[in-house]
Parts: sequence; structure tokens; C-alpha cells
Amino acid sequence: MSAVKELAMQRNVVVCCGSGGVGKTTSAAALAVEAATLGRRACVVTIDPARRLADALGLGELTNEPRQVEGPWSGELWALMLDTKTTFDALVTKYASDPAQAERIISNRLYRNVSGALSGTQEYMAMEKLHELYATERFDLIVIDTPPTRNALDFLDAPRRLTKLLDNRIFRLLIMPTSSYLRAVSAATQRVLRTIARVVGAEVVDDAVAFFEAFEGMEQGFRERAQAVIELLSDDATAFVVVASPRRDATAEAVFFADKLVEAGLGVDGVIVNRMQPTYGDRDIALPPDASSALRLLAANRDSFEALAASEHNQLADLRAAAGDAAISYVPMLLDDVHDLGGLDLVRAHL
Amino acid sequence: MDTAGFCTQARVLIVAGKGGVGKTTVAATIAQMAATAGLRALIVEIEGKSGLGAAFGHEDALDYAEREMAPNVMARTVTPDFALVEYLEDHGLKRVSKRLAKSGALEVVSSAIPGIKDILVLGKVKALARDDAADLIVVDAPAAGHAITFLASARGLLDAVRVGPIVEQARDVDEMLRDAARCQVVLVTLPEETPVNEAIETAFALEDRIGIQLGPLVVNAVYSHLDLDLSALDMPGLDPRDADALRAAAEFRLHRQELQATQIARLAESLPLPQLVLPQLFTSAIGKAEIDELANAMRDRVAELPAVRV
Repeated sequence: MSAVKELAMQRNVVVCCGSGGVGKTTSAAALAVEAATLGRRACVVTIDPARRLADALGLGELTNEPRQVEGPWSGELWALMLDTKTTFDALVTKYASDPAQAERIISNRLYRNVSGALSGTQEYMAMEKLHELYATERFDLIVIDTPPTRNALDFLDAPRRLTKLLDNRIFRLLIMPTSSYLRAVSAATQRVLRTIARVVGAEVVDDAVAFFEAFEGMEQGFRERAQAVIELLSDDATAFVVVASPRRDATAEAVFFADKLVEAGLGVDGVIVNRMQPTYGDRDIALPPDASSALRLLAANRDSFEALAASEHNQLADLRAAAGDAAISYVPMLLDDVHDLGGLDLVRAHL
Repeated sequence: MDTAGFCTQARVLIVAGKGGVGKTTVAATIAQMAATAGLRALIVEIEGKSGLGAAFGHEDALDYAEREMAPNVMARTVTPDFALVEYLEDHGLKRVSKRLAKSGALEVVSSAIPGIKDILVLGKVKALARDDAADLIVVDAPAAGHAITFLASARGLLDAVRVGPIVEQARDVDEMLRDAARCQVVLVTLPEETPVNEAIETAFALEDRIGIQLGPLVVNAVYSHLDLDLSALDMPGLDPRDADALRAAAEFRLHRQELQATQIARLAESLPLPQLVLPQLFTSAIGKAEIDELANAMRDRVAELPAVRV
């Protein structure tokens, strides 16, 4: 079985997924550092890095374009922090037929809500950014940190979600020219719209109509783009790494993720389990019969870590099974929290 | 402060924090503590995650109907989709609610209105509180960044939409959130640098943007202090391999204890809120026995709080 870090050498894209608080961002950054150390041009796309790690990566201020991180490697390390709204605006501008159409969309209130809050938009934009960076051919490896989402494969469904929204029948009928609109909109549909207006106010319905009018003619571009992203994710040069911690809920989520990836035909290429309790010594402690209470306390301390490690080991059985042939790396709970390049090197040594 | 008094300061407690800090465990712990004090507790889970049932030793996922987790501890989900359908039914739209859902129009509309789903969930929580569903309702909130969005939903909607029944709902929710006698937030964190930073940021965001009252902070998974004395290893008859293992384990514990103490002090400096410290348990699977142990620990910490309203 190979090590997870080999993916940093072999692949062009690594997608890290997992629930919140399991060290996903740190793992993604460590894989990118590994690639840079091996002489590759690597870029890590993070969603919400911890502040000191962001500082260490030169992401002190929000930046939606890659910034080069200096370090003792022969390759290149770049990092960027995803800005959902800016990425979405750029996408709209790209597919709009003229600047006026882009402006109409970007200033629409429904669009502003969609770009900021539609569930899955962040995932969608993460994939969009991935595609954009990949197309530049500036990098040998792009490592992408996905948002901590409870909906395991949101980031796969996300590109489809907007096109589905744009395809909504009721709103398509609404933006037809008036005469055909009158013919086409059934009594039932009108009732639905009246109902919506009654509950949420007519202004919301007006916004929605304006939004769909503004998008007129752009769906095809979005649809093709969504397809291209799916193809990139399905490519053999793309790897999926599931990140977990050995707590029960985190392993349950990781198993769920792994199953879904397999179901989607993407498969799991690596599993990283962070924050494992280290163990000390490989045999039971033989205390002398006249051991002092201070010595017994030291033994009790060591035993508590043994108990935790054993409990974690049991916890991981399902995840090991779900991982199949994928490489699994265990990263111990380190003495200090990871927030700089030195810490990333410690993590990297275990991948 | 006595446990029952603590648990009845506000009918609704919203448990929030960064992912992975143990929100669900803390929500279960608070509910169990309230139940032990003779109160009826209801845990509301809004993300459809599985952890809560498991914490009480139940295999099945929660659903919209209340289910008993332990004596006096009930749990249920309040998911946005159910809350929306229920809301429409309550507003005389029973017949069209299914059609609305099926046509996808609801998805468009809920995309159009910032936070409508969150408002409906909180509206349902408000209704549960009003209908005396329990003495204490513990809400297991989404992870920190999302918790701010979640709790700011009512404010946001009031800024964006002027009329309609949904605005009234948002106004009611906003009132509840800003009334410390009805609703408070319990922030959970770990004694580590990043979770502490995030807790501080979340606390300020919640107070400034929503005006919600923060209850005590829960610091989870704290090592109980051990005075480990490495000189005790100099003992004839102790195998050197064992001495090395004990020394390494002790160094790990002492180093981590110190880090935790530093972070707890930093948290206290930044946020003038009482702290309830829960012990690190040496298991990776929290079940009923662990929840009982944590509830007892929390009760002891609550007893140490001054008997004034926080």
C-alpha cells in the first residue's frame, strides 16, 4: 500500500473532503508543501484557513488569486483563499453577452442572495476556481480544500444546482413574452405564484422574474462549464482524499463520504486520520511492588492515553473497511497546534 | 448557582461553536444535567446529523417526532424543509404546499429570501418554547460561521423584505433572540489556539450583529490537572523501557496541560464570561455513560458559579 503523500507527486488535482474540525485545511496545505518539496508547482485552494496558518501561507488578507509562498523547496508553492462572491461575479461576467447584462445580474437582489447564500454556492465556486486554475496550466498540482459540508457530495452537485435553478419551469414561463405567457401559464401555476407572493411579498417574485430575465441566454455557457468540471473531477489525474479524526461522529462522516465517492464512481484514493492519540512504549508497564504514588500517577497517565488510543483504533475499523485499497495515513496529535510551515512539515512527515 | 436555576434562566439555549469542538456532546450534556435536576429537556437538532442519538445509546436517526433519549430528555429534528411545509400549512396553504415543493418554486423563493429557511427553523423553536414543549429547549446549532448566518437570518430578512407574514415571523424570532430571559447562546470551544480564536470572533459577532445574550462558555476536553513528577522515575526496579514510556507520556500530558491553561487564560482575558470546563474523556466514542459523567462535571462547575444571573 502506498502513502497518501505519493498522490502529491502523481496527480494533478487532489480534492480533500471531510467534516469540520478534522484538520482538512492543514492536510491540504501539507500535501501542497510536499509537492513543492518534490519540485512541482503546487497551489493550495483553502476555504477558511485558521488565521496563523493563513499568515504562514501569506494569506494574511483575503485574496482570490494565487499568491506565491516562499520556502525552502525546489518547486513552487502558491496559495489562495476562495472568495465565493468574487468568483461568481467573474463567472457571470465571462458568460454575459455584454457588460450591461453582467451588471443587471450582479445588481439583482436575488443574484446577490444566491451568490452569497444559496446552499452549495461555496462548493460550486470552489469547483469553478479549481477549473479556472487548472485551465491556466500554471500548476502541476492543485490541492483543494472543500467546505465542511454535512451534505457529503454538495461539491459535486453544486455545478448542477444553478443550472437546475435556471431551468425552473414556473419561472421560465414567467419570462415569456406576454401573449404566449397568457396562453402558457396554467391556472394552477398562477395560483402557485399568487401563493408565493402572498407569503413572501410580491417584491420577491418581481426580483425572481428580473433575475431570470437577466440570465436569459447564459444557461448554455453555465451548463457546459458544469460539465467540464464534472469531467475534471472524474479524470484519473484527480485524486480524492477523505480527511477524518478518530472521534466517532467524524469517522461516521468520513465513512459516509467514502461510500458516496465510490457510489459516484470517483473512488477514494487516500484517507488521512488526524489527531491520533500517540502511544508510549509497546508493553504493559511493570511497576515495582513498592512504587511510589507519584510513580503510580505517571503510570495512570500513560494508561489513560493507551485506553484512548485503543478506543480510537476500534473506532477506525469501519473507515479502514470503507477505504478499500486507498492509502491511509495516521497523523498523531502533535505536541503543539499546527500553525506554521514547521508544523506543516511535522504533519507531512506522517502522510 | 443551583442546577435548576441555571437551566431555567432562559427557555431556549442555543449551543454553537466551530466544527469538531463537541457541540452535540455539550447539547446532550446540558439536557441531561437539566433532566437530573428534575426538568423536562428537549434537544432540537437542525442538521439531521446522527451523533445525538448515539450519545444516548440509540441507533436510529432522529426525526420530526419527539423521541425519548433518557428519562426527561426528549429529542427531535427541526429541519428547514419540514419547518417550511408546516409554516405553509399553518397559514392556510395546506393544499398548495405540496405543489409548491414539487414545482421547485420553493427552492427559487428560498434562494431569493436571505435566511428564510433559518427563520422558519427558529420560528419553530420559538413556537415550541411558547407551547411549553419543555422546561429547557437545547438547540444544537450549525458550526460557528454558519451559526452567525443562522442567528443573523431574522435581522437580514427584516432589512431586505418589508411586508408579508414571513416578516412578522422574522420579527418574532428577532425578539426572542434578543430577549435574554427567553434565549441565550452557549459557545463551545476546545482549549486550543484556533478554536479559541474562533470562539472569540463568534462571540463578538453574535453580540454586535444580533444582540443575543451569551451564556457561559463551555471549554470542552480539558485535561484534569495532574502534578506529574518525573523524578519519581528514578527508582531501582523500574525497567528503563517503562521509564521511557512513562516519561514520554508525562511530557505529552504536561506540555498539553500547559498549552490548554494558556488558551483558557487567553479566552478568559478576551471574553468576560463564566467558563464551564468539561474534562477530557479517554474514549473516542461518547455514549450514555460519558454523557452522565459530563453532566455531573457540568453540574459541579455550575455550582461554583455565583448565584446571580449571568
